[in-house]
Amino acid sequence: MSRAPEAIERHTMAVIVDNEPGVLARVIGLFSGRGYNIESLTVSSVTEDGSQSRINVVTSGTPMVIEQIKAQLQRLVPIHSVHDLTAEGAHIERELALVKVVGKGAKRVEALRIADIFGAKVSDTTVESFVFSLTGSPEKLDSFVELMRTLGQVELARSGVVAIARGAKAI
Amino acid sequence: MAAAKETAPRMTGADIVLRALVDQGVDVIFGYPGGAVLPIYDALFKQNSIRHILVRQEGGAVHAAEGYARSTGKVGVVLVTSGPGATNSVTGLADALMDSVPIVCLTGQVPTHLIGNDAFQECDTTGITRSCTKHNYLVKDVNKLARVLHEAFAVARSGRPGPVVVDIPKDLQFATGDYTLREDVTLKNYRPQLKGDPERIKAAVAMLAAAKRPLFYIGGGAVNSGVDACKLVTKLVRTTGYPATMTLMGLGAFPASDKQSLGMVGMHGTYESNLAMHGCDLMVAVGARFDDRVTGRLDAFSPGSKKIHIDIDPSSINKSVRVDLPIIGDVGSVIGDIRKEWARIKVKPDAKALAAWWQQIEGWRAVDCLRFKNTPDVIKPQFALQRLYEAIRGRDVYITTEVGQHQMWAAQFLRFEEPMRWLTSGGLGTMGYGLPAAVGVQIAHPKSLVIDVAGEASILMNIQEMGTAAQYRLPVKIFILNNEYMGMVRQWQELLHGSRYSESYSAALPDFVKLAEAFGAVGMRADKPSDLDGLIKDMIACPKAVIADIRVAKDENCYPMIPGGKAHNEILLGPPQKQEQKVSEEGMVLV
Ligand SMILES: Cc1ncc(C[n+]2csc(CCOP(=O)(O)OP(=O)(O)O)c2C)c(N)n1
Ligand SMILES: [Mg+2]
Repeated sequence: MSRAPEAIERHTMAVIVDNEPGVLARVIGLFSGRGYNIESLTVSSVTEDGSQSRINVVTSGTPMVIEQIKAQLQRLVPIHSVHDLTAEGAHIERELALVKVVGKGAKRVEALRIADIFGAKVSDTTVESFVFSLTGSPEKLDSFVELMRTLGQVELARSGVVAIARGAKAI
Repeated sequence: MAAAKETAPRMTGADIVLRALVDQGVDVIFGYPGGAVLPIYDALFKQNSIRHILVRQEGGAVHAAEGYARSTGKVGVVLVTSGPGATNSVTGLADALMDSVPIVCLTGQVPTHLIGNDAFQECDTTGITRSCTKHNYLVKDVNKLARVLHEAFAVARSGRPGPVVVDIPKDLQFATGDYTLREDVTLKNYRPQLKGDPERIKAAVAMLAAAKRPLFYIGGGAVNSGVDACKLVTKLVRTTGYPATMTLMGLGAFPASDKQSLGMVGMHGTYESNLAMHGCDLMVAVGARFDDRVTGRLDAFSPGSKKIHIDIDPSSINKSVRVDLPIIGDVGSVIGDIRKEWARIKVKPDAKALAAWWQQIEGWRAVDCLRFKNTPDVIKPQFALQRLYEAIRGRDVYITTEVGQHQMWAAQFLRFEEPMRWLTSGGLGTMGYGLPAAVGVQIAHPKSLVIDVAGEASILMNIQEMGTAAQYRLPVKIFILNNEYMGMVRQWQELLHGSRYSESYSAALPDFVKLAEAFGAVGMRADKPSDLDGLIKDMIACPKAVIADIRVAKDENCYPMIPGGKAHNEILLGPPQKQEQKVSEEGMVLV
């Protein structure tokens, strides 16, 4: 009785943790130790008193693996709650990219034009370079970066995904 | 003892440690001193409430604490120094994590201002132990020390138990701070669910009632849930009349002598257990985790069954095997509720189906899978264990083991009527576990008979703990099934690697009788089957520690065996079938 391999799904999770030393290492160690994927991971303090942080993690795996990841995360002592935003309903994902483009002449003009189409901001400029900053969904950033690559992109910094559920309910 | 509610008494970090241990009900700790824990050892010197057992290597301390914990149900406590003291304890911690043993391990650390400086005997203890502990702490403020210690005990013992490390820099041990009372500490986030969801309990009973070929599959979680929980499991199994099998870690949770017990399941489990698991239509996993040693080939695992999985650890659910009805909760609580529901709706199991199922099982049982060919001149390891069992049955006895063939034979031939009497390294399979674990058990149960069933290779891994046994006059009995081979390795090499016995011969063995004597213990040897009964009698009667060197057949293999990558119904009963059953390359990859 062989089962068809289950499809790989991409899930975005929000993990609320105690803001204590080592907690990020625990989370990352869990992923590497058990062979789970991390596509993106961000962390920052989110409470007024700084006692809690939110880790946004994008991972992928079969439904069984995704379920495991959540259960394993939940098991870590400094973790308050794990929210699978992908499973829980509609949510918004945003990422910031800083893109350095070097060039002159037509390519430079084209880069600026495309940046304008994407709504990217020019955050720094010299006579031969721009740094564009662009926020949006990871897919939007992907397409922007794709285009800039042909137009003199020399350096790229991306923040990783932050995500939040739509609607009035808070976690 | 803590006086009536007081407010934060002040004391040194070292005294805080001792006070917290006393408040946690600790009366014995296993440890080894060194520079980074000297203040704690000094505090230990000045008090009488806590007994310190000086082991001979820190690894031994953790296994001894495991033995103590698993035979008492209490948290085992370890105290070791920084650097090598901490790294030596890593194997024991990993072992305790795999087998869910509650341990609190206190490690000394270099003074706070030197952390990160590659100071003498510094290591990143929390970094190194992060993945082999349930949780760990590096304490940086003496005022938080008591709180962390209380938390550590709570984490170690609650939910699925496990080892917790508390790393304490030396300057904190000297510093003065506030003590936090045990009752003032609660776990913020970590609150394991104990009670099973009532709807699921109902669903489980409905499934139990409808089953035609049911099977209880009982694991170490039942044992961890406690003696009372095991009694409830036993009652439920008996009420239903359904068959029950146990994992290596679950042995004793249900009495071996009960007709409903099919013995152990898994790679070296009984024929009837494995075929029942393969053929059942309802499997009720009770504190068992579908370990690969139990499931064999996953895509052929019990193909026709619905599965109920009772476990306190949500991450055990659907990890390797998809189950139909998970129930998160403590075994004792969930089984108690299942019994109530069973009685409430007055379940009448399908007697006809059940009779047919039992008939099939009795057919498998009649195969008598543990049968072996005895010989008059050479001791068969199975025979040695049979004789041992005859001598110890009914006694107040604890058995520990090392790892290898002898461990599997012990699991097959020694039978347990109660939980917590059988201590073996299941998850990690740590050679060298048995002797220090026996030391820990004997400390907890000074009057009981404690036997380490050992292999000649494994026993050398922690033989130094004979010194501990000598110092504390612990009459532990080491029953070595000496086949002059790393037998389990040799068996795999025979079956899977063309009998190329690469490095598996136990060359240059010590004279175990003289070795015993060197440690102030008694050495005994049996060369032929007729020596056995006398030796065993003498061994049990001996008031001192004993090393019994049982010279057994060198080439015996352990059966039944489900080879790697095979399904339960491809179980080998013995060598004759060997030729026909070639293990696939995929199976060979599996360990
Ligand atoms: C620390 C450790 N190293 C290696 C192994 C791999 N291993 C498993 S069984 C075994 C042989 C054990 O030999 P022995 O103690 O003589 O027991 P036997 O199988 O002969 O009964 C080995 C090397 C292990 N389980 N643990
Ligand atoms: Mg051997």
